[in-house]
Amino acid sequence: MENSKVPTMAEMMMQGQQPEVLFWVGCSGSFDDRAKRITKAFVRLLNQANVSFAVLGTEESCTGDPAKRAGNEFLFQMQAMANIEVMNAYEVKKIVTACPHCFNTIKNEYPELGGNYEVVHHTEFLKSLLDEGRLTIEGGQFKGKKITFHDPCYLGRANNIFEAPRDLIEKLDAELVEMKRSRRNGLCCGAGGAQMFKEPEKGNKDVNVERTEDALETQPEIIAAGCPFCNTMLTDGVKAKNREHDVKVMDVAELIANAKDL
Amino acid sequence: MSYIDNILFVLLLAAGFGYFAFNVKKLVRNIKLGRDIDRSDNPGERWGNMALIALGQSKMVKRPIAGILHIIVYLGFIIINIELLEIIIDGIFGTHRLFGFMGGFYNFLIGSFEVLAVLVLVSVIAFLVRRNIIKLWRFVHSDLNGWPKSDANYILYFEIVLMTLFLIMNAADNSLQLRGYEGYHTAGAYPVSGLISPIFENMPGATVVAVERMAWWLHIIGILVFMNYLYYSKHLHILLAFPNTYFAYLKPKGKFRNNETVTREVKLMMDPNADPFAAQPADTGAAPEKFGAKDVQDLHWVQLMNAYTCTECGRCTSSCPANITGKKLSPRKIMMDTRDRLEEVGKNIDRNKGTFVDDGKTLLFDYITPEEIWACTTCNGCVEACPVNIDPLSIIMDLRQYLVMEQSAAPMELNNMMANVENNGAPWQYNQMDRLNWKDE
Repeated sequence: MENSKVPTMAEMMMQGQQPEVLFWVGCSGSFDDRAKRITKAFVRLLNQANVSFAVLGTEESCTGDPAKRAGNEFLFQMQAMANIEVMNAYEVKKIVTACPHCFNTIKNEYPELGGNYEVVHHTEFLKSLLDEGRLTIEGGQFKGKKITFHDPCYLGRANNIFEAPRDLIEKLDAELVEMKRSRRNGLCCGAGGAQMFKEPEKGNKDVNVERTEDALETQPEIIAAGCPFCNTMLTDGVKAKNREHDVKVMDVAELIANAKDL
Repeated sequence: MSYIDNILFVLLLAAGFGYFAFNVKKLVRNIKLGRDIDRSDNPGERWGNMALIALGQSKMVKRPIAGILHIIVYLGFIIINIELLEIIIDGIFGTHRLFGFMGGFYNFLIGSFEVLAVLVLVSVIAFLVRRNIIKLWRFVHSDLNGWPKSDANYILYFEIVLMTLFLIMNAADNSLQLRGYEGYHTAGAYPVSGLISPIFENMPGATVVAVERMAWWLHIIGILVFMNYLYYSKHLHILLAFPNTYFAYLKPKGKFRNNETVTREVKLMMDPNADPFAAQPADTGAAPEKFGAKDVQDLHWVQLMNAYTCTECGRCTSSCPANITGKKLSPRKIMMDTRDRLEEVGKNIDRNKGTFVDDGKTLLFDYITPEEIWACTTCNGCVEACPVNIDPLSIIMDLRQYLVMEQSAAPMELNNMMANVENNGAPWQYNQMDRLNWKDE
């Protein structure tokens, strides 16, 4: 990434600085090729809005979410406490992340283990930047386009955040269309609960295909997601339906960054 | 004057309530077999939830047709039961329509009961049609094969019989009132049964009295039988929906329970000052705590109450991404299995004079298979869908925890994932030192 500033907490500390917010990248955002593009789009927006942020870089480690949900409480707590130790050492106060699983775990499950932070999802954070006038959006290339939003379970049902991503999409002057199962009743993409890392049990269909069909029913040009895992699942679903030529799966942060030609 | 009727009635009442109390005691004992969990916080919010969700049926109407029909039956059940008070007093003291002295207000009450009774009849028939003729997916689902399917129909037949008896009783009574029969003073308004009473017009008075008495007795006997049927049926929800919504989880659904035993262990491991060779603390008289749940006694009491509360409506299963794509997991079955196993454990305790004797069976493996619990995406769809805030997901998670922490029996790919997290801090095999490489790509 040229011209982008991505300072680490360690670098900031050496300069005696404390960033406004820690950007928790997450494993997917760090290693998955598709998710890295979401990470970069979000970083471009943070730079554009002059947000003072930092990442943990090589000091970041899995939050433990997939371990906990696979039933390994021990591994989860080991991960959690190690992360908390690092973040508390840097006196982290506020965290933003583009992964609803990291978001949920740090926000809800770290406090009991000694990690108390203000944690926001990147769609909420972007919304607040807009509200404060630090970031502006023009419709740009998405004006009038049909976009449907898939609610990530760990953002929506699990944490009651339904409106921030939708508000952002509406700011693009796009036509937001809802799937028949949305918000509280949104159907899972099939990745949660550590399913991402295993083959599904025997059945007659894959969950991501079922969900992609919900999305395609709305005749969208773009399926918007707010989670790197949902993004993978839906992208695979669109491919399974042979629709990759006319339907794109994009993160909300990518939509905004693209609208601004960033 | 003979008091046989009154005595018979009091005996019947005592037997009905006595047996019910006997079963409630067993129910409470079984629920208390679960582990302790503190749900005494935020009483205000809890009362509010109970008022809104149980009393106000707020989650029922998310599916409007079933929701509205259910509200009618529910209102009918509650309001018509005001009449029960009069029936009991009349039965004990040998009076007839004792509350008749309220005049216009009494007429209003009886009149509205009748209208409600008809609405209940219509709704119950609609429910029967949905189950047996339209065959809605969640009602013909394999979860319900056998007894559960019959149970659901028996409940509906029962309500038809009770409402019909109520209307026949009123119709005969009305006919007797109209002809000024001895003992049948004028009381009540009969907007519905008034349409039936002409049938009795040409019958001898004694016959109509016999019909009225028979309907009266069968109605109250029916109610007592129905009350005692609850314990053996999915219909317990009419009582348990209230405590169940009160004690439900209040935190964000994504926050899963923290295992504090593990926290103590991990803190000890990470404490540089801890002495690794220190002797175990001396208070280890108790058996070491098991991680997760293998059987019903390992679940907490709210999860066990959840199981008794479940009325098997299947909204959870019809929202479950695993089930609707053909996997074996069904959150409704998780609740039904938990209740069946709990009942089995309870009967075992009854047979063995108050202590549980190992029967070689457990909830996990004998009722719920690992294949079912590994299909869960932890999406909380089932928890959201439940009209009375039952939490099947927490049971699934406890069973998973047992499989992984006590038996190391995770699917192979998950073991690989966990090994990666442990070794390189990510679920995939990437070096932690490469975590920031994206910056320069």
